[in-house]
Amino acid sequence: MAQTQVRLGGLLLQHQYGEIVENVGTFLAAKGSFPLKDIADGTKLGMNEVKKALCVLIQHNMMDFERNRRGLLEYTIHINKVLHITRYPRYIYCAKTLYGDVGEFLVEELLSHGQMMMSQVCRRVSERITQALEEGQSVDEFQVRKTFVDLVKTHFLQRVAAPPSDSGDKTDAETELQVKEKEMFLIPPAMDVDYSKVNPSVSSSGKRKREDGEEGDKVAKRPRSTSPLSDEKNEDAPDKGVYWHVNFTRFHQFFRDQAVLSAVNSKMDRYACEIVRTMLRISEKTTVPLAPTTQPMSSHEIFQNLPSELDLSRSTLGEYLTLLAEDKTEIVNKAGESGGGMYILNMQKALQTLCKASIESVVQERFGSKCSRIFRLLLMKRHLEQKQVEDMAMIPAKEAKELLYKLFSENFVTMQEIPKTPDHAPSRTFYLFGINIHQVSRMLLDRCYKAMGNLISRREHENTENRRLLEKSQRVDAIAASLQSSGADTTQMSEVEEMITPPERQQLNKLKHDINKLEQSELQLDETIFLLESYLPGSEAMVMY
Amino acid sequence: MGGRGRGRGRGKPLSFDIETLGFQNRKELPQSKDEPPPLYPPLEFKPVPLQEGEEANYLLALKQEFRGSMRESPYFIKPQSTKKDIERYSDKYQLNGQNKGQGLGWTPNWNTFPKELRIREKKPKRLKLSVKPSLAGTKLKAKGQKGDTKEAENKLKRILQAEEEGDEDDDEDEEEKKKKEAEGEEEEEEEFYDDEDIEEGTDYALSYFDNGEDYLDADDDALEDGPVY
Repeated sequence: MAQTQVRLGGLLLQHQYGEIVENVGTFLAAKGSFPLKDIADGTKLGMNEVKKALCVLIQHNMMDFERNRRGLLEYTIHINKVLHITRYPRYIYCAKTLYGDVGEFLVEELLSHGQMMMSQVCRRVSERITQALEEGQSVDEFQVRKTFVDLVKTHFLQRVAAPPSDSGDKTDAETELQVKEKEMFLIPPAMDVDYSKVNPSVSSSGKRKREDGEEGDKVAKRPRSTSPLSDEKNEDAPDKGVYWHVNFTRFHQFFRDQAVLSAVNSKMDRYACEIVRTMLRISEKTTVPLAPTTQPMSSHEIFQNLPSELDLSRSTLGEYLTLLAEDKTEIVNKAGESGGGMYILNMQKALQTLCKASIESVVQERFGSKCSRIFRLLLMKRHLEQKQVEDMAMIPAKEAKELLYKLFSENFVTMQEIPKTPDHAPSRTFYLFGINIHQVSRMLLDRCYKAMGNLISRREHENTENRRLLEKSQRVDAIAASLQSSGADTTQMSEVEEMITPPERQQLNKLKHDINKLEQSELQLDETIFLLESYLPGSEAMVMY
Repeated sequence: MGGRGRGRGRGKPLSFDIETLGFQNRKELPQSKDEPPPLYPPLEFKPVPLQEGEEANYLLALKQEFRGSMRESPYFIKPQSTKKDIERYSDKYQLNGQNKGQGLGWTPNWNTFPKELRIREKKPKRLKLSVKPSLAGTKLKAKGQKGDTKEAENKLKRILQAEEEGDEDDDEDEEEKKKKEAEGEEEEEEEFYDDEDIEEGTDYALSYFDNGEDYLDADDDALEDGPVY
């Protein structure tokens, strides 16, 4: 796994931040944490280059540093954050769907700069929008700020936690980090949209108080101690020292919820989907993000929070809830009878179901429907002997054997030996075939990383192969554009266009088509990666079948 | 039992009796493979077509735009220009335009960034460089007196700090020279002789830091030869 991750991470870094960053990144990803000097030695790069690369990585929140026992700073790269680069377009698109163009630009700016001050981002975004709009129109920076505050309120953006500072001793540094954690979503007062009227900093801290009860009193005390500090900073610049970055976890939570909702929608219907959506919204306040299961909520509570335009009667809701709870996807579980029935959402189970479904479709597409039948059979029955598989899948013995072994050799199916006698003689041993979903998803994830790496390097290969052609077409385009702006007539224009010969144009079109296809695959592969990734980290405790 | 007996063990590559596995004779065994699997195995099943639609297209456009803009961003660190075959006159001006290799091109929030990552500004570099020539000089002159040269160097630094005033173009040159330093002392000295600016600049310092050996023969001839060579 790690190897393919490092490879993919390296490729991504290379395309995003250049070769030097790639060298430093892969070195650290492969070897672990190192102080500055060792990185320079290990990568055989100049000191300044390494410094620059480290700065870039820290700026984009892909790196942590920590003082080791000898007092040297050690740098650690987070390879999974590097891998998020493939998901950047999705974050941006998500912000667009939720918060419109302003949200899109805000997230895009933050992603391309890693971390920024609120005033900076808002200024840049409003400039960009003003440029995009026609003359005379301009967008209010106030509006941009408002969207920014909205994004922070919904936790899509968060503050950059200040890492332990160089000078401070250890205990001091740790407390500093904690303080930051509490005010992760606090808008600096000076940047607030309307400070006197709505105070999002207060409301968001109040929200957090509800979220984690035992921390509640600490949070309540905190603002008093931190506010003079932030006031102090306000004096030289509106929000000096307060940097923001994109909260990937929140986006992932959103993606996860969307995936589950669309699954419910296609499995049952719109109403069931809306009910689950309501449950998710209720649980946002009571459950910590990315928890495997939500706190129980009563059907009464769900009913009260249902959107009014849905027009669902109470008894129908009850029916839907029983239906959802009895469904074998186990997304909704019944937790008790009180309050008209207590229900919880089991997100981990939901993810597992989604994961299973996508693994099944992988088997179907790779090995055909007969293999898929065997696979589903094994999933259902858990353990089967070869003979049983042949019988139950209703496939001729010889063929079934072949297909089963194929799945086995491709590691989709595992085998368990149960010897009847202690000598493990093959004739007196049961061979039970089964499926370990956890292991299969890990393997698939590894393959996805590999495939992603291959896609990127193929794209790069195509680009280098046709570099001359691409450069030529760029030049011709530039000439054509300048001619057009200077008001040239059509004959001149066509003359310029003829500089690219028909076969060349054909080749260009093909190249463009190929690259589009490759990039499209990257994006769609990332969806699978996301699903597998979000299923895997929480399920170490999964028992082996 | 299998391979241990001399008679039976010979001629058989397998060390166990294949009959225990249920095979009658060796011909039934699958052939062992002596070549790697093909690089592109034949596709049994065609891959499903990619999803299409407005969302997919928009995502694609976003991705391409983002990828394109990252290339131009200051975070994209271009590698130092690859080793030049010859030094061209035009290089100097291209370097000026791009401001290559100098600084980050963006300012990190130094409150949260480790201090050791700060790239030192031009000043200390320039100082070190301008000292260099005199170093070479004193080295030739007073071989074996390392301690003295160190001291002289320090003094030189102090004095030059007050004196040094180079314009931007000089900096670029020196920047390049910095790189070449690693290549060896020999080249270093040659460079130094080539560049008149620096020689003039340090001339004063050199004669000033005459370590006293010329004290006795202070006639004109000796001065013309210079203490350096």
